[in-house]
Amino acid sequence: MRKIRSRLIITGLMVLLAVWELIPTNTTIRVRDVTSGLMKDSTVRRVPINLGLDLQGGIHLALEVDQSKGPVPDPAEAIRRAERVVRTRIDEFGVTEPVVQIVGGNRLIVELPGEKDPARAKGIIQRTAFLEFRITDMKSRFRDAIPDMDKALRGAGVRVPGGGPSVVSQLFGSDTGKAAAKAKKTAPDTSALSQPGALSALLYQGALPGEYLVPEEQVPVAESLLARPEVQRLIPRGIELKWGTEVESRGARSYRALYAVEDKPIITGEELEKANARRDQLTNQSVVDFVLSRRGGRVFERETGRHVNDYMAIILDGRVQGQPPIIKSEIGQRGQIELGNKTLQDANDLALVLRAGALPAPLAIVEERTIGPSLGRDSITDGIRAGVVGVILVVLIMVIYYRLSGVLAVAALGLYVLFTLGGLAGFGFTLTLPGLAGLLLSVGIALDANVLIFERIREELQHGKLVRTAVDEGFTHAMSAIIDSNVSTALTAFILYLVGTGPVQGFAITLIIGIAASMVTAVFVVRTFFMIWLQRRPDMVTLSV
Amino acid sequence: MLRLFANAAYDFIKWRRWAYGLTAAIIVPGFALFFVHGLNYSIEFTGGTLIQVATRQPLATSTIRSTLDAAGIHDAEIQTFGADTVFVIRARLGASSPSLEGGGTQQTAQAVAQALDAGLGAGRYEIVRTEAVGPKVGRELQGKAFLAIFFSFIVTLLYLAIRFEWRFGLAAVLATFHDICTTIAFIRYLNLEVSLVVVGAVLTMVGYSLNDTIIIFDRVRENLRKFRRQNLYEILNLSINETLPRSVLTHGTTMATTLALVLLAGEVLRPFALVMTFAIFTGTFSSIYIAAPVLMYIEKRWPGEDARGARAFRAATSVPPGPATPPGADAGVRPKAVV
Repeated sequence: MRKIRSRLIITGLMVLLAVWELIPTNTTIRVRDVTSGLMKDSTVRRVPINLGLDLQGGIHLALEVDQSKGPVPDPAEAIRRAERVVRTRIDEFGVTEPVVQIVGGNRLIVELPGEKDPARAKGIIQRTAFLEFRITDMKSRFRDAIPDMDKALRGAGVRVPGGGPSVVSQLFGSDTGKAAAKAKKTAPDTSALSQPGALSALLYQGALPGEYLVPEEQVPVAESLLARPEVQRLIPRGIELKWGTEVESRGARSYRALYAVEDKPIITGEELEKANARRDQLTNQSVVDFVLSRRGGRVFERETGRHVNDYMAIILDGRVQGQPPIIKSEIGQRGQIELGNKTLQDANDLALVLRAGALPAPLAIVEERTIGPSLGRDSITDGIRAGVVGVILVVLIMVIYYRLSGVLAVAALGLYVLFTLGGLAGFGFTLTLPGLAGLLLSVGIALDANVLIFERIREELQHGKLVRTAVDEGFTHAMSAIIDSNVSTALTAFILYLVGTGPVQGFAITLIIGIAASMVTAVFVVRTFFMIWLQRRPDMVTLSV
Repeated sequence: MLRLFANAAYDFIKWRRWAYGLTAAIIVPGFALFFVHGLNYSIEFTGGTLIQVATRQPLATSTIRSTLDAAGIHDAEIQTFGADTVFVIRARLGASSPSLEGGGTQQTAQAVAQALDAGLGAGRYEIVRTEAVGPKVGRELQGKAFLAIFFSFIVTLLYLAIRFEWRFGLAAVLATFHDICTTIAFIRYLNLEVSLVVVGAVLTMVGYSLNDTIIIFDRVRENLRKFRRQNLYEILNLSINETLPRSVLTHGTTMATTLALVLLAGEVLRPFALVMTFAIFTGTFSSIYIAAPVLMYIEKRWPGEDARGARAFRAATSVPPGPATPPGADAGVRPKAVV
């Protein structure tokens, strides 16, 4: 009795765990903001099973360093630079969940779900990186212009209710575009004169001149306000605004930095020759050393001489990388950037940025796949249709042949599908079309364990054993066959996973999880069902098997 | 109670020479074709460009061909894909067309799109899928596929040597090797395109066929312990017959799912599903007619060293009699521990 209860508890816990994994969760994705056309972070609730590109449509690109026009000294380093550059440009793709990853040390994989135009995607990826150093707005000219901008926005009918960041937009962080629009409609026109303006409510002065912090969830609002013509007109001459790459958290909120920088770079990546990260032995600081060309050194010496004690923003592809360092003294051909107590990893990353701007990595596309969204939809529909028909056939065979025991096996099969999907979600694997086939195939194989057990029980019954004994022996005798056959199949699938790529790996993973789930359901869960059944009917003479 | 093949007592092994003949009749012509024509590798393996086009109206393949010819693209292969509104246009690398050399796969895709625009009119067709694979990636994949099959053999051999005995392992691996040969012949007969997914199907077939062999061998292992007077020939026949109902049922349920995939899951998965359906036949066949006779042959050649007689293998006798439940397999349930 106690045994049954503990088995039921374990089964219940497994069901809970699988259901828990499948509960729609908040996932952060980048989406295009309707009002500004720019990318922002957004959260959506959805079942956490990732669909492969073959199911949702999109572009898959594999890139390698192009050595056809001359050897590249360090291809692995070149691919790391390329990855950094592609990551900086990730918003330009305009897709919700881009994947950028290095595989095998020398290949860059870029996956763009939902993107349709391969030429455009390739253009963005293969464009040469542009690095520049610019002095930040040391005289706070942008800051001085903010009140005028607020006034202009007020004139245009844009306002933010309440002081500071709007309460509405804080409550509905992910939905600020709409909230601001609503605020625009409802707020009365005359009462807002004494309140801070729409723009100044969003920008907080940062630690250095020309640095402003914007709450992460309000970045799209700030972007759309700054893009308005009445604001653009008021941005002081010679000043440009650039967003930072990093999101900084202060307490519970996270902020993105916006920098007002001079519109002319003091030097560009063309003049940069080397950049390396190291840890300074004396001060224990992380440091990036860089070397400029001779010509660049002369220009840099003159410019830095004029800008001692100013801050210098390092901008790659229009994005400010890290916090701008201060210029301590005139710098010639060799300089160093001190990162204070930042980690060596940060320093390495900055050095990579500098090198990416200096030595563009010529990328060749070695593999390209574009799946139209309609094809992906058709694949899902066809896959589900085949799955439903296959499962119905399997259920019919089992119930007709094994009667009540077959019903138990089919019930366990339901749990099996739940466990497999839960496992896929829990480990964060991607479901592909071959994976869908693997799932369906493992439904057929999953029942093998039950078939083995039931046949064994029938044999034992035929040998004149009592129902209870026959069930026990059926389970124990079938076990060695079940284990050996499943383990060897799982080993083959595992090798498929190790050696295969993309879709084949997806298939192998689904098969492995399916095998594990089928062992658990066929052996453990069905056994529990039998125990309950036998307990309810202790005097049972014939078994419906 | 519905029972199929219960208490069957067919003399399966007696027909083994006929079975060898049958399997040779499948493999030999298949391999002859294979050596003459090779396999129809997908561009994933050869490198090249694939463009899948869906047109508004049904078209003949020749219309597309003449359209491409008019634009100067001559070497492309054109096939319908499931329906006569869906076409797959392939241009493999290494074909004689000079425009395809030097990794110009993307240019090929653009050239085809331009040709279709000119010939069919823009908007009257839609490009639903394009793939372009460089030659290097293709070569890598070929190597990986062979590696995968090789490693799966080694691992299986090791696992079976540990769990059973090396004679069983060798017999099972030879049966699996036979299955790979018949499957290659099958792929060659139907001229299926060998894509990565089909290689995946072949490896799954390996797992499935092995699974089937192991179920029978498990019974052989048990019967060798139980009936010490009978010879291996009888034991093998007995074990195959005893597991026959299971074979019929399991193959039935698996076949139901693979046939559903063949008929309903669409063109992309069809080669995969066909290979898997064939796998059920060849896997069952080889478990009975390759694995079992090979085991007999190995046993005759290298008899087990057990003193009681040639048929009792060392591994089988070293396992203590009684239910062979591996520890921890069925959590907490000891035999006879009835609740």
